[in-house]
Amino acid sequence: MMQGLTPLETEALALSARVAGWSVLICLPAGIAVAWVLARRRFPGMWLLDGIVHLPLVLPPVVVGYVLLVLLGRSGLIGGWLYATFGVTLAFSWQGAAVAAAVMAFPLMVRAVRLSLETMDRGLEDAARTLGAGELRVWMTVTLPLCLPGILTGTILTFARSLGEFGATITFVSNIPGETRTLPLALYSVTQVPGDPVPAIRLALISVAVALLALVVSELMARRMSARLGTGP
Amino acid sequence: MITVDIGVRLGSFRLDAGFEAPSNGITALFGRSGSGKTTVVKSIAGLVKPDRGRIAVHERALFDREAGINVPTARRNLGYVFQEGRLFPHMSVRRNLLYGRRDHGGQGPGLEETVALLGLADLLDRLPSSLSGGERQRVAIGRALLAAPRLLLMDEPLASLDAERRAEILPYLAGLRRLRDIPIIYVSHQLDEILGLADWLVLVSNGRVTASGPVEQVASEWRLSPGLDRDETVVLACRVRDHDPDYHLTRLAWSGGDLWVAGIDADPGREVRLGIRPRDITISLLAPEQTSALNVFPARITGFEPAGRAEIDVLLSAGDAILRARVTRRSVSALGLVAGTQVHALIKASGIDVTVRVRHSG
Repeated sequence: MMQGLTPLETEALALSARVAGWSVLICLPAGIAVAWVLARRRFPGMWLLDGIVHLPLVLPPVVVGYVLLVLLGRSGLIGGWLYATFGVTLAFSWQGAAVAAAVMAFPLMVRAVRLSLETMDRGLEDAARTLGAGELRVWMTVTLPLCLPGILTGTILTFARSLGEFGATITFVSNIPGETRTLPLALYSVTQVPGDPVPAIRLALISVAVALLALVVSELMARRMSARLGTGP
Repeated sequence: MITVDIGVRLGSFRLDAGFEAPSNGITALFGRSGSGKTTVVKSIAGLVKPDRGRIAVHERALFDREAGINVPTARRNLGYVFQEGRLFPHMSVRRNLLYGRRDHGGQGPGLEETVALLGLADLLDRLPSSLSGGERQRVAIGRALLAAPRLLLMDEPLASLDAERRAEILPYLAGLRRLRDIPIIYVSHQLDEILGLADWLVLVSNGRVTASGPVEQVASEWRLSPGLDRDETVVLACRVRDHDPDYHLTRLAWSGGDLWVAGIDADPGREVRLGIRPRDITISLLAPEQTSALNVFPARITGFEPAGRAEIDVLLSAGDAILRARVTRRSVSALGLVAGTQVHALIKASGIDVTVRVRHSG
C-alpha cells in the first residue's frame, strides 16, 4: 500500500512541513520573549497578556481563524495595512497558514519555555553575576542553555500542533490545493468524496508516521540534553 | 577596611547591621540560622538591595543609598562561594573555573596555580554532576578565586558537607590567604570553623550586629549566641607547649598557667583556640589536692549571671580571660561565693574542645 507517495500526498506533506517549520520559526523568538516576560516580570495587566496568550488553547479554532481573517484579511485592520505598505497578503496563502498554525501553537511554546524558566535554579544566574557576567552574558551562557530542554519541548509541541492545525487554517486561508491544503486539509478533502477509503487511510498513516517521528526525535534529544545537564536518570 | 552599615527589610524580617572589618584576613559572620548573616553577604554582593545605608570595600562605595550608588553585582569584583556550590551544570569543571576569569594584569593566581592549590587536576574535564560534595565546593572556591576578586565572600561553604569532607577542605581555605592577600568574609554557624580560621569576628543576632572585633576579644567578652549547640562557650587563645605521649595528653601554655587537654595533633608552638563550656568548670574554695581534674587555676569571682531556675553562671577572672562556671544556686550559697572571692577553678581536660588555628605562618 505504501509504495511511494502520490503527487497529492507529497504536495500535502511538503506543504505541511513548510507551514509547520515557519510556524516554529515565528513561535520560537516570540514565545521565548513572552515566556520570559511572564516568568520574570511583574507588572499590572500581566493577567491580560497571560489570558490573550492562552486564548487559542480554549477558543474553538474556527473563532481564531475568523478573528485572523478579520484582522489580517486584505481589508482587515492589520492586513489592509500590510497589503498597502508591503503588498503582502496573508489570507488564502501558505504564509497565512503558517501564521494561523503559529497562533494556535503559540501557547504551547510559551508554556513549555515558561515552565523551564520558572523551575530553573535562578541562583545560578546570581552566581554568574558574581563572576562578573553582565545580563546579556548571563542570559546567553546560563539561562538559555539551562532552558534548552523546555525550548526543545516547546519546539516539538509547536511543530506537531502546526502539522495538525485544521480549524483556524481552513477558516483563514481556506483549502487551496498546492497553497494551503496541508495534510489534515487533504485528509478532510478526500473524506468528502464517497468511495475508495485507501487515500484517506494513507494520509492518516502519513500523519501518524510524522507525529511519531517528531516524538522520537524529541525524546532522543531530551535524553542527550539531560545527560549533558546531569539531570537525567 | 570593609564598611557595612545597612538596613534591609525582607517580608517580616528586618536587618539593621553595621560593622567594620579589616581589609586583610578572614572576618567571620557568626550567628544562628535566620539571624541575617546571609542577607548581609548578599547585600555586599548586590544580590539584595538594602533599603538604607552604605557598603564600601577599600574606600570604594559599592552601595550608598544617599549618594544613589548601587554598583551592579557583575562590576563589584567579588568572589562568592555559595553554600550549595552553584556550579553551572552544563559546563565542565574547566569551563566553570574559567567562567569568571578577569583580566587582572598578571597578578593573582592562574588556572594552574589554582588547580594545584585546590587539588583539581583530575577533575577538569568532568561535569559537576559527577563530583562529590567536597569536590564541588573546591571547584566553587577555585572559580571564585580565578575571578581575581577584591573581596571573597563565603556563605557557609562547608555547611552541606559531612565532617570528613569539611576536614578535607578547611586546610584549603586556610591556604587561600597565602595565595593572595584578599579579605575574606566568612559566614558560619560552626564555632570550630570560626576558631580555626577567623581573625575578626562579627556576631549577628536577630538581624543586628551584637559585637565586632578580634576573635579572642569578642569570643571572651560575649556569650556566643545562646541557642547554638554550645551554650556560652568561653574561648581562650593558647599555644602548644608539649605532648605527653604515654597518656596521650597535650600541654598548652595559657596566660593563666599550663593547661592539659586530650592529645591533639599539632607541633609545639602552634596556636590553638579552646572552647570551654561552663558545665565543665567546677569551683573549689580550697586548693584541691586529690582530684581527677588535671587543670586547677587560681581565679577571682567577678560576677554572676543567672542561668535557669536552679543554676547560675559564676564569672571568674583567671589569666587574661573571664571563665564561666555553671553551678547550682545552692552551691553558691553553701560556699558563700560573692564577687571578689578567691577560688580555684577546676577544668576537666576532657571537657575542652581544641581547635588548631589553621592559618598561614606569614
